[in-house]
Amino acid sequence: MGILKIKSLSLNLNGKNILNNLNIDLKKDYIHAVVGPNGAGKSTLGFAIMGLDGYRNFEGEILYNGSSIKDLNVYQRAKKGITLAWQEPARFEGITVEKFIRVSSKNKDLKSVAGVLEKVGLDPGEYLERAVDRSLSGGERKRIELASVIAMNPKIAILDEPDSGIDIVSLENIFGAIKFLKASGSTIILITHSLAVLKQAEYAFLLCSGSIIQEGTIQEISKYFKGRCIPCHHKNLPEEMGS
Amino acid sequence: MNIENIYKIAGIHPVLGDKNTARLVINKDKIIDSNTVEGLVVKAREIKDGVNVEIRLKKNTVIENPVHLCFGITDSQAIQKIIINVETEENSGISILAHCVFPNATDVKHIMDGKIRVGKGSRYSYYERHIHGEYGGTTVIPKARIVLEERARFKTEFELLKGRVGTIDIDYEIVCKKDSVMELATRISGTGNDVIKIKEAGQLIGENARGVLRSKIALRHNARAEIINKLIASGRYSRGHVDCSEIIRDNAVASAIPIVEVKNSTAQVTHEAAIGSVDTRQLQTLMSRRISEDKAIDLIIEGMLG
Repeated sequence: MGILKIKSLSLNLNGKNILNNLNIDLKKDYIHAVVGPNGAGKSTLGFAIMGLDGYRNFEGEILYNGSSIKDLNVYQRAKKGITLAWQEPARFEGITVEKFIRVSSKNKDLKSVAGVLEKVGLDPGEYLERAVDRSLSGGERKRIELASVIAMNPKIAILDEPDSGIDIVSLENIFGAIKFLKASGSTIILITHSLAVLKQAEYAFLLCSGSIIQEGTIQEISKYFKGRCIPCHHKNLPEEMGS
Repeated sequence: MNIENIYKIAGIHPVLGDKNTARLVINKDKIIDSNTVEGLVVKAREIKDGVNVEIRLKKNTVIENPVHLCFGITDSQAIQKIIINVETEENSGISILAHCVFPNATDVKHIMDGKIRVGKGSRYSYYERHIHGEYGGTTVIPKARIVLEERARFKTEFELLKGRVGTIDIDYEIVCKKDSVMELATRISGTGNDVIKIKEAGQLIGENARGVLRSKIALRHNARAEIINKLIASGRYSRGHVDCSEIIRDNAVASAIPIVEVKNSTAQVTHEAAIGSVDTRQLQTLMSRRISEDKAIDLIIEGMLG
């Protein structure tokens, strides 16, 4: 059964058409990937689903379990169980890792907070008391943000470039955390241009210049992406649309 | 609220009666309790509308436990003048924890006039925590003239996060001699019609003198803040930094004027100032974790104010 349905979604930003007539069905408890080159509109799609300020004024519809969420703001969508992990997570001066995770967490005890840090491969003893500020690397903040998403136990988790800034060794922790999220009952949207991340998904949508040009199994999308998107240098129109 | 409650708020209860902890407790213009320890001379004398305090730390003396100062006013209307002179002699060390508690103030004026000399190689830390009531009837006017001798280290933190500010007008001037280090940090949260004025001026006159002026202010409703941080570096290889962050909401108005002046080509002073609303990315991240906008803003401000 579909958990999220996007119908004829188009979005203009500053007079530029970023998303064009998107139709997407997300299956419950699946790991989905939205794959495409830089500038394809992947993050914009994630922001529109999350309902960020500036991304809610779109044409079309987003249905969550059959009901429109178009008029809901970020907080209202989060209360329904939708969340987003940014490609570049925010810094929070003066807020400890423990507090940052705890405020998101359904289980607010220290053991649970420590547990989600371990899920992303971070030692609670080393990180709980540290601030989520510039003293942490981008990769560390990325993993801490993912930990806060796990703590929230969301119904839908949008993970924007989950491998961005992550070293090769820690990548396995990230992939493990994604699997854990799925096992915990989350439907996942991976936004990526990485084949390694794409391989973690079960179903994928290929986005180019704001349009879904193909959807299907990971094998199908990988083949198309490797064969046609990666060698393709233009960003504005997919090959078929430009010709 | 009586003096017992002030003790509790100030967290001074555990040290009352402790012979090893120096303390001075003043309610309005009366000395309620005092104690000193070896090497620390404290002379307090009641004057009209206040208390005159002389503190002298003897040479080579390091006081282990923080010295507690508590300035309270239980009345709703009062004036409290604290004239304080502090001298730390060579190679000494002291940490002072001061609480200023005005829980019932509707028309209370707390005036602090301080002169501090931190001797050669001495360390002096002063943590001042204000706890005000909800009426906004407090006027706080702290003024201090501070001199740091060679290799002296001076650190002060001023915190006013609980209750309404009312009006606060801070005026600090510090002169830093050779190899001395100063660090001033101020954290204030203003609401209602609170008015916050901070004027801090540091002069890095000695070789290798170092100084940081740091202000963090959060404003809501119709609160106003004007921060003037001035740092002048004339000493060879002196280094300084001015940092002012202000978050505003509602109809609050904030201004920050960092003034940096370098009078020696080997010296360097940097500054940064940021005034604005809560960072959108931070806010939306927290809201996407099921935290309401108001709670998210409170959390961000709480984090910023430390």
